[in-house]
Amino acid sequence: MQYLPNILFVILLLVGIGFFVKNISKLKRNIFLGKDVSVSDNKAQRWTNMAKIALGQTKMVVRPIAGALHVIVYVGFVIINIEVLEIILDGIFGTHRLFSVLGPVYDVLIASFEVLALLVIIAVIAFWARRNLIRLKRFIKPEMEGWPKQDGNLILYIELVLMVLFLTMNAADYQLQQMGAVHYVKAGAYPIGSIIAPLFENISMSTLIVVERTAWWLHIAGILFFLNYLYYSKHLHILLAFPNTYYGRLMPKGQFKNLRSVTDEVRMMMDPDADPYAEPAEDAAVPDKFGASDVQDLSWVQLLNAYTCTECGRCTDECPASQTGKKLSPRKIMMDTRDRLEEVGNIMDKNNGEFKDDGKQLLNDYITPEELWACTTCNACVEACPVSIDPLSIIMDMRQYLVMEQSAAPTDLNNMMGNIENNGAPWPFNQMDRLNWSKES
Amino acid sequence: MANELRVPTMAEFFASGTMPEVLFWVGCAGSFDDRAKKITKAFVKILNKANVSFAVLGTEESCTGDPAKRAGNEFLFQMQAVTNIEVLNGYEIKKIVTACPHCFNTIKNEYPGLGGTYEVVHHTQFLKQLLTEGRISMEGGMFKGKRITFHDPCYLGRANDVYEAPRDLIRKLDAELVEMKSCKQRGLCCGAGGAQMFKEPEKGDKDINIERTEQALDAKPEIIAAGCPFCNTMMTDGVKNKEKEDSIAVMDIAELIATAEDL
Repeated sequence: MQYLPNILFVILLLVGIGFFVKNISKLKRNIFLGKDVSVSDNKAQRWTNMAKIALGQTKMVVRPIAGALHVIVYVGFVIINIEVLEIILDGIFGTHRLFSVLGPVYDVLIASFEVLALLVIIAVIAFWARRNLIRLKRFIKPEMEGWPKQDGNLILYIELVLMVLFLTMNAADYQLQQMGAVHYVKAGAYPIGSIIAPLFENISMSTLIVVERTAWWLHIAGILFFLNYLYYSKHLHILLAFPNTYYGRLMPKGQFKNLRSVTDEVRMMMDPDADPYAEPAEDAAVPDKFGASDVQDLSWVQLLNAYTCTECGRCTDECPASQTGKKLSPRKIMMDTRDRLEEVGNIMDKNNGEFKDDGKQLLNDYITPEELWACTTCNACVEACPVSIDPLSIIMDMRQYLVMEQSAAPTDLNNMMGNIENNGAPWPFNQMDRLNWSKES
Repeated sequence: MANELRVPTMAEFFASGTMPEVLFWVGCAGSFDDRAKKITKAFVKILNKANVSFAVLGTEESCTGDPAKRAGNEFLFQMQAVTNIEVLNGYEIKKIVTACPHCFNTIKNEYPGLGGTYEVVHHTQFLKQLLTEGRISMEGGMFKGKRITFHDPCYLGRANDVYEAPRDLIRKLDAELVEMKSCKQRGLCCGAGGAQMFKEPEKGDKDINIERTEQALDAKPEIIAAGCPFCNTMMTDGVKNKEKEDSIAVMDIAELIATAEDL
């Protein structure tokens, strides 16, 4: 029975990681339902972007308060993970504070974990207040009602609980070290734990060991739970921000992609030698659908964008349409894309990996034409995103579907396009009058 | 007007077997819109004064296709693009300047993929270059100390990262450049982009140009400077809506310079 805790721990670890791996493979499958795009270019630039934007948080700090708070939680999360490695090794081998062999280095590590944990608690409380007390405008938009709001708060609660457990564990450990308990070797420096420790002064050693062990187990179990919560949450950004910034767009923001399928048709129309009555070749591929009406029509990078979105709402906050009360919210475009993609994935799960038409699609059932037509293509949302998400590209793909597959443009735009077609200008002026201005005084 | 505008066409250059230094792409607004035509003329006056050898396509020019593309009509866009590229390549055009950020963006970024690669500059970049090369001089006299705020066109700023050329020119006028709350990378759109110019806005509680004009008015400018014919229209309408047209002028950078030079 001596090894029971070790065995239980390994089982817990395997279940936690196994479940996570299963969800990640589902995530991958869903993302790759998107169309293939070539993103193998400019590797150096892509790595630089990832290092700057995801690792270096350069776009987060554009908004200094939220940025600073986020950097604290981010650094805390990354650094404290070193401690998680020790906890896992201790759990497997039944050791206690395995890394204490590092001596003074270990003191510095533990001390910095503790200070960071406290800072994270403060930052998390500030984040909670921004959402629930100050009620910042961008957190209370219509798309944030229900689960998204709960999700945002739940993440903060989990982080708070994890940090409190971590500090409790350390404080109890510190107190046990002072008491000279067996197994609790004197190791580490506890700037915060030592402040909490006096609370445990009148507790017996055996009870204190229970406190320490409980905190230890709940902390690691909590971390494994949180790991598995990610897939169901907007919090996936902690992982996906890295690939997403790597695959983010490198072209100037004003450069919209030219549709290859259209180019082929235009070339054929302009080719004087083309035979207009030619039969299509036997092996000719079915022509691409123009634009996007559902998630499968989008590229896998756009779908990765959707899973990466953490619903911070900076895009919507900067969007001119949203600012002036129109229905469009770039964040909602991303959330809708993810929700629909999840729905498609669930249908596939129920049908042995096969997608069965459910009579729904991204267009109309999730995103309405009214939202799409409100966009000024100003790129404010793209610029605002701290993790290189491009909501505009989805809006444009869906506009293409509306116009080229459904001829469903607003009447005014049809008039404008008619003018361009007939006289080479968006207004009804004759092309032959194009130079008249030079003769007017 | 004392001096008549000299506006040679590409066809004339071609007939005489010579090439201009640069092609001036006028654009639809610059050709047909009454307000934008003034910008076109102001720019030509500066080019004439500096003796820049330039040409326009005139009746051979056609819409770049930008509004069609942003409206989702890729087909119409590419038809326009391929037709224009044929004309441009036919004349072996190397360098293009335009006073419209939408034309600028489309020709610069979206034409190369369809076979049209040129050096494309916005007129504020071109003017800045003329200034650096000493081909134009600017005496800021009449704008000295005036509060001027610059409204960043989305397709010049965020879309192509051009923020400084227009600002440098304003500073050269000895004017006091004041910034709006949202400027440069975070500049607020005037509301015209993405083919919005040609349709009614969706239902909301305010028009975008009004929101932007309010931001501009907060900066207490005497002049709102623009670098795009569509922004110009939107801001002019916004200023009228606020009944401030007597005290605040909306002017293109080219107009500022032409006025300063008394052209």
